[in-house]
Amino acid sequence: MLNTIYRLVAPRRFEVAFNEIDLFGEKVIVRPTHLSICHADQRYYQGARPAEILAQKLPMALIHEAIGKVVRDPRGEFHTGESVVMIPNTPTEQDDVIGENYLRTSRFRASGFDGFMQDTVAMDRDLLVRLPDGIDPSVAAFTELVSVSAHALRRFDRFAHKRRNVVGIWGDGNLGYITATLFRAMYPETRLYIFGAAFEKLADFSFADRTYMVQDVPADLMVDHAIECVGGQFSQRAIDQIIDHINPEGTISLLGVSEYAIPINTRMVLEKGLRLFGSSRSGRDDFLATVELYRSNPEILAYLRKIVGAQVEIRSIQDMTRAFELDIQKNIGKTIMLWEK
Amino acid sequence: MVFGVVLAGGIGSRMGNVEKPKQYLTIGNRPILIHTLEKFYANQEFEKIIVLCPAQWMEHTKDLIRKYIPDQDRVVIREGGATRNETIMNSIRYIEETYGLDDDTILVTHDSVRPFVTHRMLEDNIRYAREFGACDTVIPATDTIVESADGSFISQVPDRKMMYQGQTPQSFRAKKLKELYLGLTEEEKAILTDAAKIFVIKGENVHLVEGEVFNIKITYPYDLKVAETMIAGED
Repeated sequence: MLNTIYRLVAPRRFEVAFNEIDLFGEKVIVRPTHLSICHADQRYYQGARPAEILAQKLPMALIHEAIGKVVRDPRGEFHTGESVVMIPNTPTEQDDVIGENYLRTSRFRASGFDGFMQDTVAMDRDLLVRLPDGIDPSVAAFTELVSVSAHALRRFDRFAHKRRNVVGIWGDGNLGYITATLFRAMYPETRLYIFGAAFEKLADFSFADRTYMVQDVPADLMVDHAIECVGGQFSQRAIDQIIDHINPEGTISLLGVSEYAIPINTRMVLEKGLRLFGSSRSGRDDFLATVELYRSNPEILAYLRKIVGAQVEIRSIQDMTRAFELDIQKNIGKTIMLWEK
Repeated sequence: MVFGVVLAGGIGSRMGNVEKPKQYLTIGNRPILIHTLEKFYANQEFEKIIVLCPAQWMEHTKDLIRKYIPDQDRVVIREGGATRNETIMNSIRYIEETYGLDDDTILVTHDSVRPFVTHRMLEDNIRYAREFGACDTVIPATDTIVESADGSFISQVPDRKMMYQGQTPQSFRAKKLKELYLGLTEEEKAILTDAAKIFVIKGENVHLVEGEVFNIKITYPYDLKVAETMIAGED
């Protein structure tokens, strides 16, 4: 079938392109319905990546957070019209030790190849996960981001020593909020402290035990483990503060993406015997775990609903541009594109 | 119930020196007709997709559909009529005989040689045909349209802001379309270029659906080259 793709060809410019997809092949054909804009998409849209990266990657369809409805499954395992979340990480090999999202051979939508801004997408069946009936589609749209938090917390469970009396999350943006929401559900006994820079944003973490403005952290306050969800230019300050306020042999889970090389106070990492580990992206198991959490802890969905920002109906290329521009202006929250294109 | 009506009745007299009607020519890996049919097939709203083709191309059309569309239960092939509207009437006849016609029977008619139709256009057509009884897919005119009654001199230059270029799909409540068509005089039938006009000359509303510049009709050899270029270099 001739498929219509909406690609970013240059910063702030989308254009239409076409490819052929096999409607009757082995893949499951999915019609995207709700697409969620991520910082990574914005970096391409605004041309905030180095010129040589842009030259190499564009033209490319953006968006790696999306849900859709099944149009056709040749094996009939998915029903027509069924709501599914699409997994952007696309492994090309199996490895018993290394996670699929860390394999250098894996491809990632809207980074290595076209994302979900398309009329229809032909997906491997392993890259689709059924959504619970009745789920709010605008929340489900950013399940990929939620699965990144779920992935990081599953790694936290593997790497962090058993004393988990107090855990701190640095970062009051979307990623910090989502990670904190999941953490609360997964570790109800642990005292959860949030560290942020915006008072109003911190006020939204109503489920946390305490919240602190980063400039007002008491000198004697200590956490057993820390999760960094800051990224960008403030990564360094956040990591410095974590190292100051973490107990010996704690783990620091790094989630914030930065364009810069961030210096780390290794002397204190050594002295305290800290363990730093990075987490990025997610794989099928993380999506399954996330959807299971939606089912077992429905309050997560209610908390996530709070960060749904603008919902923009997309019927034209101008609408796409409008959604990305609105997303730039937002303070916090996820911009959802209601894909009517 | 919603029915897709793919009009493949044309014999391609404008296509220059080619042997086949244009809907049977290939772009990418498939005949144009199959590309178009797949767009309808991928939309679950369509109970059946009725393909209407010239009598002499019936067997060829059946062969192509057998070859490219593994589940053929949603596809019906019928012979086209002498004119575009007679062809549409043939599809209504099939629906009436098989399902019966009621006020909720919707036809989404489409040129088989417009394979770049999108999901959104099909959805809008279904929605507006249900809501208003008839709709027509158009794009705003970019060239100034001039009218000439005698073919030599301009008789009128209409305001471009009010001009649109008609594309397809055109969609209708089938029962209403049939009633209006049967009520036309032979003179009225003679001036019809498409089915939307049946509604217009009978004073009925036809809602506009936003088309796309790329929803081209592959009419001339030039269009075929454009279509090839549009999908060139892809997987």
